[in-house]
Amino acid sequence: MAGSIPASATVDALAGGAPSRPQARWGTEAWRRFRRHKLALFGTIILGLIIFGVLVGPWLWKVPINDIDFNARLAGPSLAHPFGTDDLGQDLFARMLYGGRISIAVGLAAMVIAILFGVVIGAVAGISSGKVDAALMWLTDLFLSLPQLPLLLLIIYLFRDSLKNIVGPEMGVFILIVIVIGGFRWMPVARLVRAQFLSLREKEFVEAARALGASPFRLVARHLVPNSLGPVIVAGTIDVAAAIIAESTLSFLGLGFPPDIPTWGRILFDAKDYLDVAPHWALFPGTLIFLTVLSINYLGDGLRDALDPRKVM
Amino acid sequence: MTKYVIRRLLIAIPSLLGISLILFTVLALAPGDPFEELATNPNVPMEVRENLRKQFGLDDPVMVRYVRWFKSMVKGDWGFSFASRVDVDKLILQRVPVTLFVIGSSQIIALLIAIPIGVFAATRPYSIFDQVANTFAFIGFSLPTFFTGLLFILLFSIKLDWLPFVYRADISETGFAWWWTHFKQSIMPIMVLALFQAASWTRYVRSAVLDVVRLDYVTTARAKGLNERSVIVKHALRNALIPVVTLVALQMPAIFGGAIVTEQIFRVPGIGSLLISAILANDTPVIMAVTFVFACLVILFNLLADVLYGWLDPRISYR
Amino acid sequence: MNEHDIRGLVNDVKAGRMSRRRFVQLLVGAGLTVPMAGHILMHAGVANAQSGWVYKPTRRGGGGLVKLLMWQGPTLLNPHFAVGTKDQYGCRVFYEPLAAWDGDGNLVPILAAEAPTLQNGGVAADGRSVTWKLKRGVTWHDGKPFTADDCVFNWEYAADPATAAVTIGSYKDITVTKLDSHTIRVNFQKPTPYWADAFVGVVGMQIPKHLFEPYKGAKSREAPNNLKPVGTGCYMFSDFRPGDHLAGKIFANYHEANKPHFDAIEMKGGGDAVSAARAVLQTGEFDYAWNMQVEDEILKRLEAGGKGRIQIVPAGSMEMLQIQNTDPWTEVDGERASAKSKHPSLTDMSVRRALNMLVDRQSIQDHIYGRTGIATRNFLNQPSRFRSPNNSWEFNIDKANQTLDAGGWKRGSDGIRAKGNTKLKYVYQTSINAPRQKCQAIIKQACQKAGIDIELKSIVASVYFSSDVANPDTYTKFFTDLQMYNTTMPQPDPERFMNQYVSWEFSTKANKWQGRNIVRWANADYDNTYKAAQSELDPVKRAAMFVKLNDLLVENVVVIPIANRPVVSAHSNRLRAPMSGWDNDVWLLKDWYREA
Repeated sequence: MAGSIPASATVDALAGGAPSRPQARWGTEAWRRFRRHKLALFGTIILGLIIFGVLVGPWLWKVPINDIDFNARLAGPSLAHPFGTDDLGQDLFARMLYGGRISIAVGLAAMVIAILFGVVIGAVAGISSGKVDAALMWLTDLFLSLPQLPLLLLIIYLFRDSLKNIVGPEMGVFILIVIVIGGFRWMPVARLVRAQFLSLREKEFVEAARALGASPFRLVARHLVPNSLGPVIVAGTIDVAAAIIAESTLSFLGLGFPPDIPTWGRILFDAKDYLDVAPHWALFPGTLIFLTVLSINYLGDGLRDALDPRKVM
Repeated sequence: MTKYVIRRLLIAIPSLLGISLILFTVLALAPGDPFEELATNPNVPMEVRENLRKQFGLDDPVMVRYVRWFKSMVKGDWGFSFASRVDVDKLILQRVPVTLFVIGSSQIIALLIAIPIGVFAATRPYSIFDQVANTFAFIGFSLPTFFTGLLFILLFSIKLDWLPFVYRADISETGFAWWWTHFKQSIMPIMVLALFQAASWTRYVRSAVLDVVRLDYVTTARAKGLNERSVIVKHALRNALIPVVTLVALQMPAIFGGAIVTEQIFRVPGIGSLLISAILANDTPVIMAVTFVFACLVILFNLLADVLYGWLDPRISYR
Repeated sequence: MNEHDIRGLVNDVKAGRMSRRRFVQLLVGAGLTVPMAGHILMHAGVANAQSGWVYKPTRRGGGGLVKLLMWQGPTLLNPHFAVGTKDQYGCRVFYEPLAAWDGDGNLVPILAAEAPTLQNGGVAADGRSVTWKLKRGVTWHDGKPFTADDCVFNWEYAADPATAAVTIGSYKDITVTKLDSHTIRVNFQKPTPYWADAFVGVVGMQIPKHLFEPYKGAKSREAPNNLKPVGTGCYMFSDFRPGDHLAGKIFANYHEANKPHFDAIEMKGGGDAVSAARAVLQTGEFDYAWNMQVEDEILKRLEAGGKGRIQIVPAGSMEMLQIQNTDPWTEVDGERASAKSKHPSLTDMSVRRALNMLVDRQSIQDHIYGRTGIATRNFLNQPSRFRSPNNSWEFNIDKANQTLDAGGWKRGSDGIRAKGNTKLKYVYQTSINAPRQKCQAIIKQACQKAGIDIELKSIVASVYFSSDVANPDTYTKFFTDLQMYNTTMPQPDPERFMNQYVSWEFSTKANKWQGRNIVRWANADYDNTYKAAQSELDPVKRAAMFVKLNDLLVENVVVIPIANRPVVSAHSNRLRAPMSGWDNDVWLLKDWYREA
């Protein structure tokens, strides 16, 4: 089935090779490739530092996040306030550290949900045909056309109190936010994955694998999904940024965390009207969101290159 | 092919019906009513609110209201806005031209930026150009439009005093001056939207081309001695366009739906600002009409994308 | 301040020992409104003061285009449907009332020939009727004359429940008769001390009978002129896009000489308050921007731009913290916050007094509202002889701690005070609005230091202020311990404002939470005084009663006033526009001009 264009190495190695061996070797090989990807390593280190900072930081930097000090309002960075203060004189460094936990957790969790849903729905729609595809695409269209704001208000109204009673206020809000943000961002991923599938499933190496007797599940998991990861990783990084920003929008609908809890998106939003008088206020959340997105993206790039054996490292 | 399109269009009718039912239920169940301002005014007796609720039919069960909406919708009557008591279709039509112009041109500019930069960056992965383009792209989608819009205003309107930042649909100048004023007031909102969109599209294009460039048939084309340019344009790009077409098709309905945040910042009287004020005022007939048209466009463009896939990659079969 | 004090003040004004303005300020300080103060002076026969306003232009037109920026644009143009202030602004460009209140409490005639008084026989001594003489020679934009028939029609139109006019409250309890072509009499069912309601100010805008008559009642929505106003105002309608854009052009037959100065007017809607301020103060793209709900800090920095200035006029709206009296967390007979229940801790006066001391009004004023929120309502700006000893306020965490200690509220291991099983833990809700969230943060911090734990909750305004019976988060349900919002006193007369605390107005499930007493507080003294005030004809006695009602609220810490919000707008340096906190900003649009 190799035809005029040679089937790719992946197929030969995985579908054709001995089924018992490659599993472990494939993993170590990927890790070796990943380590040699300089930018990926750089991304991992930066992200690690940020996560370490927000996890450990509040233990070391003991300034309370809500200590109002009108004498120090809108002060620029100094020893007492490394990131400066906001218009109530609250310490931005402490707020950034505290808010980072929420923002990063929300960003990553919502991204995982969006990607997971998107890949599964897109993959199922792309590999099956006819009715299943039509039904899943109908679902995607429905979610795309739902007006988010009224739906969000409805969700808060229906679930906030019951969820609060089950898992406690903070966890309840967190779950709700992650589900809401993730639940509204999987549709592009699903469409992208489906489109990739439509094209990939006719490609030679897939037919080759099919001819060699690969089960549909193996076909999807081993051949189609890894080869459609490119746009998924891009979507993933964009989703992290979007989720961090979206969280701040949600708190303006009363869905987010209580108004006195800082998050990166919220700090950035609060800072906007003071952009010309206190630029430091917006600078730090903006930069940190950017760095997080940047490092996650490099990580994603590294991951893809590592998983793609054709790429010469 | 034609049969496929007709079949899909026929399926679209029940899907739209289903979507409209769900939309209507969500809107009807969502909390709030259109009388916020009456409530805070102690001078307005409660009976007025009760009366208006009755007059607007808000006290009927959801299904009764849906059937009523659906019946008049079929007859071409979209209802009237609770807030302004103007017919909904009139309100929407007033705002369509501005929306088409601002959002439409921003999408075109975004494509014009994203495709060349994305392709060029992908052909030279990890080069200086690629790194710079990536960095800008990351900044582009890490910063929300409320922020970049404000930066633009501070820079171009306040510091430099070059551009106005309040968009006026009604310009008194005529002839060339009209075009010039119009250009000056639209450039900022268009660019804010275009750059935000271009940032993410650049990443997608780069990644899509990168995926394709590695495929065997591109290597083959290169091996045949074709020059790099025609390899990229004729062989690689065509296949790489599949995800791009998907994304553009996803984004196209926004040309009608507007861009809420950017419209708000620059006071562009587009559908986005109509929708958000309707939502905040719980003006259900307006929300319903806008989202329903939006849903139609979503379905239409999804179908269009599917048809385009077949053209981009003839091996894709329609089943 | 009692009846005797007020009479003394009135005599001081009469004898010229005190300025009219000072008198008005004192009464406002006691919780009354400017028009009410003006009403007292009118009743006592003190003539309207000459306002300091001078209209300079000497001919009609020639001023070019005046551009107004509203961050919420008008959405409808029939004054009887004008729900929100934004709509009332839009209507006022084209329509006029018979008279309006200026900032100093003068009743300024507009379509009336003169303001009715006891002295000129306009106001009946028995308080049962008022006679309005209309100005002659006034025409509608389409050339038809404005007459008494139009006024009678406006009453019929608004009072008809089928019309569903929002002005119905001002018109339903009166009857209007035409005496001659330019005189009408407004008859009241019972002696009505405060008569300047119908036909005055925002609710008094007159629509033409000849265009609206076929659309009275249930067909009111179909009137084509709902969208194409034809009024008596100085600008004629030219274009309208709801929520976005409203344009008018000069009316050449306007009934006042040399007015207006501008040839055309444009009202642009949309956006947010801060950028609206920028467009006037920093770039000068617009001449005027309304309702600057922006932190004063930002406004001050924008004013440094030099293109414009901020105008602040006192008005009646007040930001306040309401304290729950019933128990919102347990259901009694299937109802949360049932009138039968009692709040476990907030009904204790020591907790209420402590809370009152924990609201740092001074910081809220200094650092959030600045010039746009005055912390001193009811308390500080009164001379000492009127200051009731119970009404002093201070921000004092130590004293709050002592008060709570004395009340038997002991700190637990978690630092939160408790008595028995009752902990001082409260949920504090408000609508979503940046200054409000900052207020919440300031109050929460002070409470923490006094051992009171506060959970903040914010609700989107369209839900919080809705009448949705199914939703638990509306402000009339008040299912939390504390809540904060801004009550406007759009009505110059406090009678309707003060009925928010009478016992028969409880907001309960039975009345679908439509009762006005949201805090569900009952006090026999308050009820009786209120009933007496309703039929008291002597404005001075009546004013003293309202002062007493206000004192009762403050003594019992029923609500904690936080800041009095004046009307704040941005004007370009050359624009001259008289403002009034007792009407909307465009109330005297005919007098606006641009300095050469």
